Amino acid sequence: MRIGVVTFPGSNSDVDSLNALAVAGVDPVSLWHESPDLQGVSAVILPGGFAYGDYVRAGVIARFSPVMKGVKAFAEAGGYVLGICNGFQVLAESRLVPGVLMRNRSLRFASKIVAIAPQRLDSPFTRAANGRPIHIPIAHGEGCYYADEATLDQLERDGQVLFRYCREDGTYSTDPDDPSNPNGSLRAIAGVCNAAGNVAGLMPHPERMAEPILGTDEGMQLIRSLVESAAAWEATR
Amino acid sequence: MSDFRFAVNVLPKPGILDPQGRAVELSLPHLNVTNVSKVRIGRRAELTVTAVSEAEARTVVDELAKELLSNPLIEVYAVELLEATSSTRTGAAS
Repeated sequence: MRIGVVTFPGSNSDVDSLNALAVAGVDPVSLWHESPDLQGVSAVILPGGFAYGDYVRAGVIARFSPVMKGVKAFAEAGGYVLGICNGFQVLAESRLVPGVLMRNRSLRFASKIVAIAPQRLDSPFTRAANGRPIHIPIAHGEGCYYADEATLDQLERDGQVLFRYCREDGTYSTDPDDPSNPNGSLRAIAGVCNAAGNVAGLMPHPERMAEPILGTDEGMQLIRSLVESAAAWEATR
Repeated sequence: MSDFRFAVNVLPKPGILDPQGRAVELSLPHLNVTNVSKVRIGRRAELTVTAVSEAEARTVVDELAKELLSNPLIEVYAVELLEATSSTRTGAAS
């Protein structure tokens, strides 16, 4: 099976993502931002980085790139799309997932390992997770998740909150200044999916914890989830 | 055809946390300023649209402001016409 990773000018986690897919045993396919052709891949990762220099707002210029036409059509056809960090910002600016990633509440670039708790284990993006907090790095200046109260309520009600920043015991705080919340995200949200459940974004980097040599392979739970879901989707086509 | 020079001023929506504005407020005591509050930090873009009318030009600016220059979920924008000049295009039929 082949899974694609988009490279925008300024992407910097594309190679890590390709590597994580290789570790998971699939053929990684590099997709270039100038072409809307996804080369028949079974899932797409929008990787971390600073697409188009993060000019104007992180992710907004990437939204209008040719490859995103292909990604949008792929998502509308039910294909799985995972946005990581800057990729999450691109998905949010493209309105493919709800909400906005705002400047970190601290105004500081946050670079450290955080704990996130999958909020459900029956989603296409968490199905291979073991249910315990996952320790993976964040590296972003604009990761503060924002949506209005009504949208936040709706996301929680419909199970679209996939990940929250959490404490070691898996609990989280709704106080955006709590030490377990690295960027001030509302309701400690670290990752969400669209209503259909096939497009998801998260700020932390699972692909950077893909092998023991990188520290741990805890991030592979999420990469494997994507791979399993892509395989299941491919089987139905 | 005329050239219309616009400014698009983008600001965080009222009520939305603006960490940059807050940081500026926190720095005010260092400048011995005590009578400034409610600081909001946004961005400004200036651009020229070539169009047959101001109305047509404004339609283009509005679209850009909504889709690219601001994010309507968290920001508001205001369009300001700075200048209108007839463009002299070589070879263009008048």
